[in-house]
Amino acid sequence: MPDPRTISFKTDSLKKSYITGETEVHALRGVSVEVPTGELVVLLGPSGSGKSTFLNIIGGLDQATSGHVYFCGRDLATYTVRELTYFRRENVGFVFQAYNLAPSLTALENVALVTEISPHPMESLAALKAVGLEHRANHFPSQLSGGEQQRVAIARAIAKRPQVMLCDEPTGALDIETGIVVLKALIDVNQKYKTTCIIITHNAAIAQLADRVIHFADGNVSHVNVNDSRKKPEDINW
Amino acid sequence: MIFGPLNTKLIRDIWNIKGQMLAIILVMTAGIAIFVITFGVLDSLKLTRDTYYDRYQFADVFASLKRAPELVKKQVNNIQGVSVSESRVISGVTVQMETMDEPISGKIISLPDGRKSLLNNLYLRSGRMLYPNEQDAIMIDDSFFNAHHLELGDKVSVIMNGHKRKLKVVGVVLSPEYVYSIAPGALMPDSKRYGLFWMSRRSLEAAVGMKGAFNDLSIKIDRQANIEKIKQQLDLVLKPYGGLISYGRDEQISNFFVSNELKQLESMGMMAPIIFLSVAAFLINVVMSRQIATQREQIGMLKAVGYSDIEVSWHYLKMVLAVTGLGAVSGLVLGTWMGAGMTQMYTDFFHFPILQYNFSVVVMIFAVFFCTIAAVSGTLFAIRRAANLPPAEAMRSESPNMFKPSVLERLGLHAQLSFLSRMILRQLERRPVRALFSALGMAFALAILIFSFFMEDSMTYLMDIQYELTQREDVNLSFNEARSYQALEEIYAMPGVLKVEPIRTVPVTLKFKHYKKRSSIMGLSEQSELHRVINEDLNPVAMPATGLVMNEKLAELLHVKVGERVEVEVLEEKRQKLSIPVTAYTQEFIGLGVYMNIRDLNSLLDESPKVTGVSIMLDPNYGAVLYKKLKQVPAVMGLNIVSVLRQIFDEIMAESLLKMMSTNILFASFISFGVIYNTARITLSERGRELASLRVLGLTRREVAFVLFGELAFITVISLPLGFLIGKILLSAMVISLESELFRIPYYLNNSTYGYSVLIVLLSAIFSFYLVWRQVDKIDLVSAQKGVE
Repeated sequence: MPDPRTISFKTDSLKKSYITGETEVHALRGVSVEVPTGELVVLLGPSGSGKSTFLNIIGGLDQATSGHVYFCGRDLATYTVRELTYFRRENVGFVFQAYNLAPSLTALENVALVTEISPHPMESLAALKAVGLEHRANHFPSQLSGGEQQRVAIARAIAKRPQVMLCDEPTGALDIETGIVVLKALIDVNQKYKTTCIIITHNAAIAQLADRVIHFADGNVSHVNVNDSRKKPEDINW
Repeated sequence: MIFGPLNTKLIRDIWNIKGQMLAIILVMTAGIAIFVITFGVLDSLKLTRDTYYDRYQFADVFASLKRAPELVKKQVNNIQGVSVSESRVISGVTVQMETMDEPISGKIISLPDGRKSLLNNLYLRSGRMLYPNEQDAIMIDDSFFNAHHLELGDKVSVIMNGHKRKLKVVGVVLSPEYVYSIAPGALMPDSKRYGLFWMSRRSLEAAVGMKGAFNDLSIKIDRQANIEKIKQQLDLVLKPYGGLISYGRDEQISNFFVSNELKQLESMGMMAPIIFLSVAAFLINVVMSRQIATQREQIGMLKAVGYSDIEVSWHYLKMVLAVTGLGAVSGLVLGTWMGAGMTQMYTDFFHFPILQYNFSVVVMIFAVFFCTIAAVSGTLFAIRRAANLPPAEAMRSESPNMFKPSVLERLGLHAQLSFLSRMILRQLERRPVRALFSALGMAFALAILIFSFFMEDSMTYLMDIQYELTQREDVNLSFNEARSYQALEEIYAMPGVLKVEPIRTVPVTLKFKHYKKRSSIMGLSEQSELHRVINEDLNPVAMPATGLVMNEKLAELLHVKVGERVEVEVLEEKRQKLSIPVTAYTQEFIGLGVYMNIRDLNSLLDESPKVTGVSIMLDPNYGAVLYKKLKQVPAVMGLNIVSVLRQIFDEIMAESLLKMMSTNILFASFISFGVIYNTARITLSERGRELASLRVLGLTRREVAFVLFGELAFITVISLPLGFLIGKILLSAMVISLESELFRIPYYLNNSTYGYSVLIVLLSAIFSFYLVWRQVDKIDLVSAQKGVE
């Protein structure tokens, strides 16, 4: 049993397989890994290596076929659907590649969508301020650029003061400069609120920002690198 | 917070798809309104009728006789179960109105002197009641009074008992006994040519030689009394006085017509709203479930950020409830408003002096509940499907699923199909159930359109048969009693008469085993050419030398077949009991007729040949001359001009049935548009991103529209035969449910009905396509590619 003060997530022989059409796809083949609390962790690996599946399972969006996921000492595999909902509601902030904002709500309202149901959220406007978007609070997603939309998504994720932020290719749809702005926002959150951040990316350069890099290949963890010192986004050679 | 961001999202989402939501509201409004209108009108009319009957002491049993001394009434009152009886003198009269060429028939009914009538009370519309023993004064039926633009104080000339008298109109009245004032033997009320008058009993007795006697009796019975027993005993009492068989309200002519009319409204009414409401419910279900399906990604997002399944479901349910709520309110408001108007209209039509609205809350709740359940179940089903997916999967776009080459391609037509056609076919094949449901929705819209047009088609067809194949005479007249053939010769000798045929009508009771029916046998000459009887194939049936030609429906009611003998009791003076075989059937849509060769009938009645009426073919230029002449013949009691009958029928149709029909057609058009627009709009939102991609790849708007509308056009084309089929099933059910003793509705549709229905569906389709086309125009190519809609 890991100590929740030091270990956010610990997985044990995590397996996931789906049936698509007539073939069985083994997305995860027995992943055992630990994520220490407060770290910025990057998941690296080619398409189809199982990163997203892993992230979805530890975030309670999907359930494993077998194995265990310990979060703060409890095994998510034993959670009911209802418990998983509350786990997400209280502990996890998600950021997706496609932003997934409600198009009919303004930036501020999209954030409020989450603060509404969280037990101890921050002010919605404060969350937007944290990503530097307070001046765009009353704009609809269609009136925002891609980078701005993703920062709204980050604001939405941090507004609930989550213990972990799970980000699936948050800069995948953005150009480099915008991507840097978004990453900065994430790093800020990580440092300011000591929130554990797990970020999926294709971009190996991002790995230099992380405390820890977990490499995925073919449904498994191939190796884990721990960086002694983290670089700042602007120091990276993209 | 009550009005949190989720509710804001709800309102904005509804606003965003306001077009579709409006269409759903329209469909639901139509469904609920029709339901509320029909049931409201029916319930109100029934309540109005019952209240009228109750307040004005409409009798339960009626009997007419030749003549009985007033003392006989005591015997009647001694029959167990009789609570009140009222004797009257009723006399047939011929009325001579200066404004009309033809003679008019009517009936004078006595009113007690110096006291109020115990039964069948009159409602005084204007003027005053009669004074006791008042001479030469009458009260007059409201419809006749209006039809002839009479005024109080006017004098009306009548021929009573062979004497001409002028009677002063002192009051205008309505009677529960004559809600429908129909001349004996007529099919429809004609207030211009049939009048009802009320006169002081003593004056009438003196005028027709009935002093101290009566020839008509009405009875009110105790609530628990056995009406059949009372009728039997009454017949025994009245038999020595020339009593005809007594009858209850069910056979009382006015009530019979009113009940039949209501029953017809009811059958039609029951069918139409149930069909409309079911169709509306079905559509709301389909539309809502597809609407929710397009929200899949947002459902995934809401779940990912921590909303529970229940919260998400409730969110979308609120959307549905908001829409159904609006639909319900507008449906109820429109329904009660139009229903009240229509009740008023029918009340005027029936000449009810009172008006009682009865809009049942239960009916309203049912209608709203039914639609809401349909919408909610459709929504829940779709939400469950979306919510059951892990959020991660729900957020991914659904599209790249399991496509395969379509059947046509597998059949080797690959080369003939463009890429765009292949896209259309594969899409249809991947989602056959969805395509079928959309087609079914449109088919239902088409079916209810056909259904709405049906009534006019079939009634017109019925009348064409009645007046072009059966009653081909120009005029028919009836004598006040059976006359010798001499009368026929006299009529033939009159100006303008080209041809005459004899008619002999005898009221009878027909019995077969324990089945019994009152009717009258009509004797026609062997090769009758004016008044004919036709068979199922619409060919004339020649009167056989012996035996009865019986209406199929009547034969069915009596359970008698060709070759079997029926007991016939003549309801005239001699009361002969005869046994006559049924030799042929006839097909008639109206009434329960029995026909015989007039020679055979006359010989069976053991009389010298007689006629009670004449069918006449007339030189059209001599109409007025003939009518004027006939007016002076006291023996002529009634006269029907066939073209006038037809005209009256058309007016009645326009006044009653067709109003309901046009309401139905209007609502059916709403539904048809609502369905098609929604199908098109949802198809667009489901395929929006794909279509945007095609535009990005360089396809023109026209080509993109081809992919979208190709799919819709295909569905529309499939829906047409399906709609005809459903329409056919609905109509068959309708024809069966409308069958009554008075009417059988023929299953008949004009070709133009198919044309109009298809036209309305196609216009709805084209208009919907146009509206959606404007949306295609607005697709934002860039943001569509980014995944933001």
